[in-house]
Amino acid sequence: MADAPLKVLIVDDEAPARRRLRELLDDCTTALPLVVVGEAASGREALTLLGSTLTDLVLSDIHMPDMDGIELARHLLKLPVPPVLIFTTAYHEHAIAAFEVHAVDYLVKPVRVQRLLAALQQVPRLRPLSEGKLDRLPAAARRFLSVTERSRVVLVAIEEVIYLKAELKYITIRTADREFLLEESLTRLEEEFGQRFVRVHRNCLVAREAIRGFERRVSADGDAHWEVLLRGVTEALPVSRRQQFIVREIGRESSA
Amino acid sequence: MRPSINQNTVRLSLPELRNLGTILRILLAVNAIVLVAALLRETRWAALWATWLEMMSIVEPQLLLQLLVLYAFAPQLSRLPYRSGAIVVLLLTLAVALAFNTAVAALVEDVTASAMSRDVVFSMLIAAALLVYFQLRAKALSPAITEARLQALQARIRPHFLFNSINAVLSQMRTDPRRAETALEDLADLFRVLMRDNRQLAPLENEVELCRHYLDLEKLRLGDRLTVDWHIDNMPKDAMVPPLVLQPLLENAVYHGIEPSSAPGVIAINIFLSRGEVHAILRNPYQEGPRRGGGNKMALANIRERLALHFDAEASLENRLTRDSYEVHIRMPYRTKHRTGKPRG
Repeated sequence: MADAPLKVLIVDDEAPARRRLRELLDDCTTALPLVVVGEAASGREALTLLGSTLTDLVLSDIHMPDMDGIELARHLLKLPVPPVLIFTTAYHEHAIAAFEVHAVDYLVKPVRVQRLLAALQQVPRLRPLSEGKLDRLPAAARRFLSVTERSRVVLVAIEEVIYLKAELKYITIRTADREFLLEESLTRLEEEFGQRFVRVHRNCLVAREAIRGFERRVSADGDAHWEVLLRGVTEALPVSRRQQFIVREIGRESSA
Repeated sequence: MRPSINQNTVRLSLPELRNLGTILRILLAVNAIVLVAALLRETRWAALWATWLEMMSIVEPQLLLQLLVLYAFAPQLSRLPYRSGAIVVLLLTLAVALAFNTAVAALVEDVTASAMSRDVVFSMLIAAALLVYFQLRAKALSPAITEARLQALQARIRPHFLFNSINAVLSQMRTDPRRAETALEDLADLFRVLMRDNRQLAPLENEVELCRHYLDLEKLRLGDRLTVDWHIDNMPKDAMVPPLVLQPLLENAVYHGIEPSSAPGVIAINIFLSRGEVHAILRNPYQEGPRRGGGNKMALANIRERLALHFDAEASLENRLTRDSYEVHIRMPYRTKHRTGKPRG
């Protein structure tokens, strides 16, 4: 195990930064057997590569278009064997202060070869960042939700989500095409994406953009309640009595 | 003139007599003073308006004539030492007042000599008071305050850019040492300007050169993601502008318009001369999405403030956000080294 070369993935949106890191990793090979298994320009690209390439260590930039480093760290936890992740950053911004506090590993660019080697030598002793630790880092809302399907990480863009519905242990993610099962808490999702979704029921968040209208339904026993009609899907979702005020609130916005 | 011992003492200078801001201030001040005079003279509210208008009908043409004469002689006046300049300004004002009153006396019969002399004295007093006002204003704006503020205001490069650039240069060292050399030279030029005393106006040509160096560095880092469209064929190269008036805006354009997207983007720079004014229009793509840490507002406020300190009301900065692009439009008076409002020391 110790003899197998360390498999490293480089993630940075700037090509020169990736090249520089590759050069430095080359310099380290004499002291420590390693192999660069790939390069990615964003967290999203990295996840695609990680799905097909066994990797021990991900060296990832923080600020990147499409998907930043912190979001990547979250999604890669869903891999069957999550790799270790070490952030690389050019500047001591506020995120770094939090990294220090929570002992999250990072390297400052430009990276010195000695610092890099020291970090590489630690990798076998490091473990992937825990979800709890990641929660405490200052981060923007995710752009994707991720689910594991047949040991692969599947990304669902937040914009595609029509509603999120809690059912027993799981949350159902509904997009126009299909459903996914997610293991997270609805309350946490509401905190993270409160701008985008509205709670229509104790167990259900609906994308504001997807709301087509509301309809009053009277059931067989004479009980009346509101249902929300959605774009892209045929099923209507019940609005709970407690959340009834949103019917007027959103109804007014859309009629204005 | 006594030579000043301390470099930091205010160098006395006349107000810029061709500056729109100065002219507006004079017009407003004189109108206000006449209103006060009307209030003192007329005790009945109902007649106040008529009295004011009547007084204005005498004062206003005279005032405009005086401003016109001062405007005409502004370049010569600005070359005189302050004291002589101030005396000449007062003499010119006096001459116009006398000439005007004589002309009026010839046309209208019931003007008495005492009314005439009162009018002339009145206009001399206002002129002197205004000179004192402009001197106080220059003092308030200029030395310690302005200098300290300009220093603090000076656009700062984001450290993020510096370290990423150094990293990009390092990446070229082994494979393309020549490109690394050029990049380091660009970086040196950029920082030379950033660290310089930037209180004096500098030729637009220099600013554009600086912007090119800056954008070259960004291109090294961002590669194909950044395209720059220059439209500067009608640019007045010799226009004197505040240093670092464009570069911070381009830095914002890259930071907010190019970096957040993996798709290639275009920054368009359009600089031209139109009706004696220099226009600079910068446009960058804009994506809706999570906002990146601010900085844009600060840079805009900073540039606005420096434009105001240098050009008063004759310069402006406007920004506009459309669906998919962000635009900044700067307007400045066209001044050259030999034709500036202020004498250079």
